[in-house]
Amino acid sequence: MAEDGRDELVATDDESDHTAADGSSSLNNTVVEEGSTLVRRMEICVAEAEKRSGKNAVNMQETFTVYLIETRPMDAVTEGRNPAPDSLWRRYSEFELLRNYLLVTYPYIVVPPLPEKRAEFVWHKLSADNMDPDFVERRRIGLENFLLRVASHPVLSNDKILHHFLTEEHGWKEVVYETGFQAKADSRIRALSATFRVRNPDKRFMEMKHYSDQLQSHTSQLLRARARVADRLYGVYKVHGNYGRVFSEWSAIEKEMGDGLQSAGHHMDAYAASIDDILEEEEHYADQLKEYLFYAEALRAVCRKHELTQFELEMASQDLISKKQQHEELATGIVRTFSFKGMTNKLFGQEAPVQREARIKLLEELIAEGEDTVKEKTVECEEHVERAWVDMQRFKEHKDKDLREALINYAVMQISMCKKGIQMWSNAKECFLKM
Amino acid sequence: MSGQTVHADFSGHMLDLDEDEDLEVFSKNTSLADGSPMPNSPSSMVNQYRLEEEEEQEQQDANARDLFVSVDNPESHVTAIETFIMYRVVTKTTRSEFDSSEFEVRRRYQDFLWLRSRLEENHPTLIVHPLPEKFVMKGMVERFNDDFIETRRKALHRFLNKISVHPILSYSQHFKVFLTAEELMSHRKQGPGFLSRMGETVRAVANSVRGLRSRPEEFTLMQEYVDDFSNKICSVDKVTQRIIKEQREYLDELKQYSPTYSQWAGSEEELAEPLRGVASCVERCGLETEEQIQHLSEVLVPALHEYVLCAETLKAVMRRRDNIQVEFEAKNEALASRRVDQEALQDEVDVLADRVELANNALKGDWSRWQNSMRTDLKSAFLSTAEKNVEYYEQCLAVWESFLLSQRAEPSEQNAGEDAS
Repeated sequence: MAEDGRDELVATDDESDHTAADGSSSLNNTVVEEGSTLVRRMEICVAEAEKRSGKNAVNMQETFTVYLIETRPMDAVTEGRNPAPDSLWRRYSEFELLRNYLLVTYPYIVVPPLPEKRAEFVWHKLSADNMDPDFVERRRIGLENFLLRVASHPVLSNDKILHHFLTEEHGWKEVVYETGFQAKADSRIRALSATFRVRNPDKRFMEMKHYSDQLQSHTSQLLRARARVADRLYGVYKVHGNYGRVFSEWSAIEKEMGDGLQSAGHHMDAYAASIDDILEEEEHYADQLKEYLFYAEALRAVCRKHELTQFELEMASQDLISKKQQHEELATGIVRTFSFKGMTNKLFGQEAPVQREARIKLLEELIAEGEDTVKEKTVECEEHVERAWVDMQRFKEHKDKDLREALINYAVMQISMCKKGIQMWSNAKECFLKM
Repeated sequence: MSGQTVHADFSGHMLDLDEDEDLEVFSKNTSLADGSPMPNSPSSMVNQYRLEEEEEQEQQDANARDLFVSVDNPESHVTAIETFIMYRVVTKTTRSEFDSSEFEVRRRYQDFLWLRSRLEENHPTLIVHPLPEKFVMKGMVERFNDDFIETRRKALHRFLNKISVHPILSYSQHFKVFLTAEELMSHRKQGPGFLSRMGETVRAVANSVRGLRSRPEEFTLMQEYVDDFSNKICSVDKVTQRIIKEQREYLDELKQYSPTYSQWAGSEEELAEPLRGVASCVERCGLETEEQIQHLSEVLVPALHEYVLCAETLKAVMRRRDNIQVEFEAKNEALASRRVDQEALQDEVDVLADRVELANNALKGDWSRWQNSMRTDLKSAFLSTAEKNVEYYEQCLAVWESFLLSQRAEPSEQNAGEDAS
């Protein structure tokens, strides 16, 4: 399955590379050979999961799971050589750290999400325990998927920290912290305030933001409903197991009917047991949907960043205008709008020329600074818009493709389930004929 | 009872079939144990199918059949005192005992009860097919709900047909009267009345207190079988009811599930079409599920239910046989001890001895007949169910396959079907 995932992503990579290359190669600060992302140079997989024990931050014993990341140079693989892979162990929190770093460092990129931290949309039989082997296995697949998506991204794949993550087991955390990315993170309050107060955000981004809300709401509703359906279906199948038990007991007291009943009972048992695998497979479908549920958040984050940069630009422009006005007032003595200085002037009389000169000077400096700030913010905003728009298009394309494939996959699963059902009941029918 | 290990998977879904608590809603004494009304059958089509199927089978079973009965056309009958349903009973026959070859009469449920009790009285150790129950299950207010009437009609039809193919019962005078008399009430007044029946019951109780001396081996085995069969058939009935319940809940969730796809489609462009496709598939599978539930309710449930009632009939038959033997034994003992009136007593004892032999033979004869009938009926019901289930999955398969086809018809970017299997 890992193979498929990889192939799929390389295929994705192919197309998006072409589209990205057209629009964004000029903007990429990192040195990118056209069409050459990490995943093409390196084979990556998350091969295993293991339980470990250790002391945590507050010196308490805890159990956690670590995942083995294996890498091999791609040219070795394609040349048919089979070198042993380099490998290192990482736990989920390290993946989180990597992702947080990427989020802060590339705010114009829809950063691929991690598999869920805790099991959600659980139907009753499914374990919500993080240590459950099925959950761990699905998480392993999700983590591999995450790495492959990042490594095939035209921008993210060139990041040094990502390289470190994949190749240097020790000291990686220190290197990440040294980038100081945490300081660069936007405060929640600033971001929220921007959302409310921004005046002229790019319409396309507002539409995207609205879409991300929709995507999130619809996928979570779907997942919830699916879990309930799974629960009920499980009940239907399992109750048939009672037929198995009763038919078996009943067959003991019958002469002619006995054999037919007994074997029909066995098929009922088989039918009841078959639901476990069916629903296990469906969890993979749910995981595919969940990925896009979480992607919706990442998409929204990019839109929010736009609101923030736009807002800061507006603020800076506003600030510059007001400083220029103040300057004008002081220079010409004409008070255009209400200002505190104007008031005090009226009340307490104009200040001395020397002071006025000093203040005019100061204002001119501030205005110069302000103009630089506005230039900076404009560039920041425009760059963000350009780069983000490209990445959001890329996201849209792979979203459509991936989800369509997921739906097709789902249909295939349903067909398989139906075929099993046909077989089971045909067998049962044969047994009843023997009654 | 076998002590089978319960797999962890099954816990919570394994019914404790021995405990009566589980039976609380699913009491044997109610006509439809499930709390909700019977699903509406698509008019008369399914009923028609069942009737025809039965008639066919019966025709195959007894090529020499010369008596055909049907029950249909329930109509409400209102009098000053009460309201009740009258059913039309149509008879077609070539038997010489009948004055004509066709009869049509109207009968109410009480009339059927009368007929059955007469038959049982005259043939205490024959296995007379049970009638549908008298009372409505608790919770149902509407006594004359359409589904209830239809269920009852079908059961009454089956009852008369069972009688009409019985080598002894079908020649009963009471049966003839039931089928032919324009008005039944006058006939109902005749025959051993309520009080004499009471007397019989009292005697039976008195005799049973005395206890059976020795039951012939074959009847002991029969009794064991009857007890076991009763248990098993009740369990199967219970499991079936539970399956219907689970299916209904599954269907409810499905109905909530498909709209989530179509709602999502509303905010998508490229994805809208496949999303709507899936929504439609889920919806159609829901319709198939509905049909499947209906089939279960109309075919398997009534068949199982009838045999649950049969089990009670069998128990009664065994008791009656025992009583007949007890009565004989009691008199026989009295004969052995008393000197007075030995001749008169001897005659009585002889009569009772004959009675015992008659009763035993009648039961023996009817027993294998009944077993065969049970096997045939239940086999047919299970077969039908299995066939319906196969059909259900085949329909759902077709639905999803046509969706897949629609997706692959588009110039696909990738080989979707190949890796996913």
